[in-house]
Amino acid sequence: MEAETTQQKRKAGAETIQRLLAFAALVILFIVFSFASPYFFTFSNVVGILVATAVNGLLAIGVTFIIITGGIDLSVGTVMTLSSVMAAVFVKTWGLPIPLGILAGVVTGTIAGLVNGLLVTKLNLPPFIATLGMLNVAKGLALVITDLSPIYFPLETGWNELAMGSILGSVIPGFDVPNAVLIMFGAAIVAGLILSKTIVGRYTFAIGSNEEAARLSGLNVAFWKTAIYALGGFFVGIAGVVIAARLNSAQPALGQGYELDAIAAAVIGGVSLSGGEGSMLGTIIGAFIISTLTNGLRILSVPQEWQIVVTGLIIILSVYLDILRRRAQQ
Amino acid sequence: MDDALVLMEGIDKHFPGVHALNNAKFNLKRGEVHAIVGENGAGKSTLMKILAGIYSKDQGKICFKGEEVEISNPHAAQQMGISMVHQELNLMNHLTAAQNIFIGREPLKGIFLDDNKQNQDARELFEMMRLNLQPFIKVGDLTVAKQQMVEIAKALSYNSDVLIFDEPTAALTDVEITELFRIIRQLKENGVGIIYITHRLEELKQITDRITVLRDGNYVDTVNTQEAQISQIIKMMVGRVIYESSPEVPEDRDQEVVLEVKNLSREKALKDVSFQLRKGEILGFAGLVGAGRTDTARAIFGADSFDSGEVYIKGEKVNIKGPSDAVAHSIAYLSEDRKRYGLCLGLEVKTNIVLTIFEKLTAFLGWIKEKSVNRIASRIVDQLSIRTPSLDQKAKNLSGGNQQKLVIGKWLAKNADILIFDEPTRGIDVGAKQEIYTLLNDLTSQGKSIIMISSELPEILRMSHRVLVMCEGRVTGELDYTEATQESIMELATLRNGVN
Repeated sequence: MEAETTQQKRKAGAETIQRLLAFAALVILFIVFSFASPYFFTFSNVVGILVATAVNGLLAIGVTFIIITGGIDLSVGTVMTLSSVMAAVFVKTWGLPIPLGILAGVVTGTIAGLVNGLLVTKLNLPPFIATLGMLNVAKGLALVITDLSPIYFPLETGWNELAMGSILGSVIPGFDVPNAVLIMFGAAIVAGLILSKTIVGRYTFAIGSNEEAARLSGLNVAFWKTAIYALGGFFVGIAGVVIAARLNSAQPALGQGYELDAIAAAVIGGVSLSGGEGSMLGTIIGAFIISTLTNGLRILSVPQEWQIVVTGLIIILSVYLDILRRRAQQ
Repeated sequence: MDDALVLMEGIDKHFPGVHALNNAKFNLKRGEVHAIVGENGAGKSTLMKILAGIYSKDQGKICFKGEEVEISNPHAAQQMGISMVHQELNLMNHLTAAQNIFIGREPLKGIFLDDNKQNQDARELFEMMRLNLQPFIKVGDLTVAKQQMVEIAKALSYNSDVLIFDEPTAALTDVEITELFRIIRQLKENGVGIIYITHRLEELKQITDRITVLRDGNYVDTVNTQEAQISQIIKMMVGRVIYESSPEVPEDRDQEVVLEVKNLSREKALKDVSFQLRKGEILGFAGLVGAGRTDTARAIFGADSFDSGEVYIKGEKVNIKGPSDAVAHSIAYLSEDRKRYGLCLGLEVKTNIVLTIFEKLTAFLGWIKEKSVNRIASRIVDQLSIRTPSLDQKAKNLSGGNQQKLVIGKWLAKNADILIFDEPTRGIDVGAKQEIYTLLNDLTSQGKSIIMISSELPEILRMSHRVLVMCEGRVTGELDYTEATQESIMELATLRNGVN
């Protein structure tokens, strides 16, 4: 019995080590790029990385909830776009105040998530198919609503300030970290608390670990699953608002492809595609690894095509390392 | 029937193609342990899943504490005070023991989970059960026996009036079974009604008060345990009498050694395991759960690696790197978990049978020779009398016994000489067990050699020509069928570190 407990402690230790490993990988990337280029480890470049991570980080947070239930959400990229379009319609076309624009974006994302959840739980569609459908529906709707052309926010609305202004800079002079970064970290903390400390998070893991067991334990699996998809959509909606503010426009043609980066961030951060495993901290680190890599390679003047190739290799490598670690544990 | 806690009457249930329950009835009193027995497919689990709200009934009525009730889902059943411990483990491996137990009823502190209180509650529960287990351990890291105890703890935590145990002891070791029985007796004194589904008939006398027998979805009879004879129960279950018999050992036992294992070791799991298997022999592997029997089998089969040791087949040293090497050396391993490792459940009977020899049944460019497939499949189906409406039936639609025959058939088609059976009759009803035994004896008389891992001592004694007993990864003894008894085997099976 004692042996069992120590063994357990060792396993728990191994899990912490895994998280540290992902973090260590990020640190090593920073060190390597810092030595390779004097332009890398500068305040403005690091801020650039943080800003570049914000949108993908928010999407990855949303998709992490869904992947842990054992599902997948392919629609996060285009739903983000639809959310940004709705925000633009509210603020630009209808001239409504900014808070209503934010609300429109976030509600759009949540509704799309809710619909995904209902498709999965009520119509029993496989998540892959349901969200693939939603990917196209959202993409199409964004194009229909905007009539194929981008909607620009008038500068005087101050919409751009939402993401690119710096509350931090006004408090600490010189420390001009854009709000987009704060929003992402804030969302990550809230999402992390939800996942690890609340009942929604507990059921996210329970459903992903063994859905039938959860059902037999008396959980209303359909309800919780739908709620979790909607929660994922909520964070996607925030991403929509942030990207609209960063670009100061809603770009209807943008978005497709973002879902794969978000899924990649989650997977690099240790979220298991078969469900039941993962953490928000891991996901955020995963998102940073991707954007640090892209940024560093760009500074080293590696052509963009090759940056994409490297990102692909990193995904393969990180999952393979995870498999090796699991094997070593057993 | 004033004291009836549960009363089920005229229960009917149809599944596609099966009339699972036909006018079945059952009643349970406060403070009694009531067994439900019957062959697989008799409707035991179905009847209880209706009571636990997992299935809905087509017809009939259920009274609970004297009032007619509708139990629409598992949650409703739990609210009423009816809990079920499932046969297949229904746990969430990524969650801790405490999280599993209190799933759906997590203690909260504001909007956050109160994990400290939850762990404390679980710890108290384990103390009550005299179970040495930490609440924060992830269930996936526990042994199957411990997982089963977590499942039982979960059912207990509901403080239910009715507890349904569906084959709770299948995965437990003797120590835990004793503890479980103690808990059951304690619950009984507190007036809890306990329903106990089991295939292990020897347990009936130990723990139950009354026994209800079902056969083919029909109610047969309810008897008082004290007045009942086990043989009479079996007769009611199968509609015929099955006799205890002894192993069919051939006269000439000095056959060639087909498999020899020398000093097989792997970390803590296996220590210097050595044995010989002769042609036409059934070698029984006895021991408690976790004694290393399955590890030995998997190591020989190449499914797991080992640190040191040698394997000889027909006197020749072989280097088996993986299951495909083992299969090439005519070794077959039939896992205890048929559904997971033995069959492609979604595929047809015929495809499952020829799965190991598909390459021989294909023509140019991999075109499948349907005629040959059908010919071989129907020969195997006839030979093993696998009950299936057609060769195109999906494997998942067969009963447990027939699925097991299908796995055997798969290896017969491959013509394997050495067959390792891991719990060949686990979860199989009495009638089908008999057929499997006959089949094993037929195989050895055809010159095949069998290693049979079994946790049921009567089965070991009934089938084995020789018995190899293991404990904590080492071989603690070898007994000829003439010297093997329940007592002699149990003594060796508990010989920890070589000292008793």
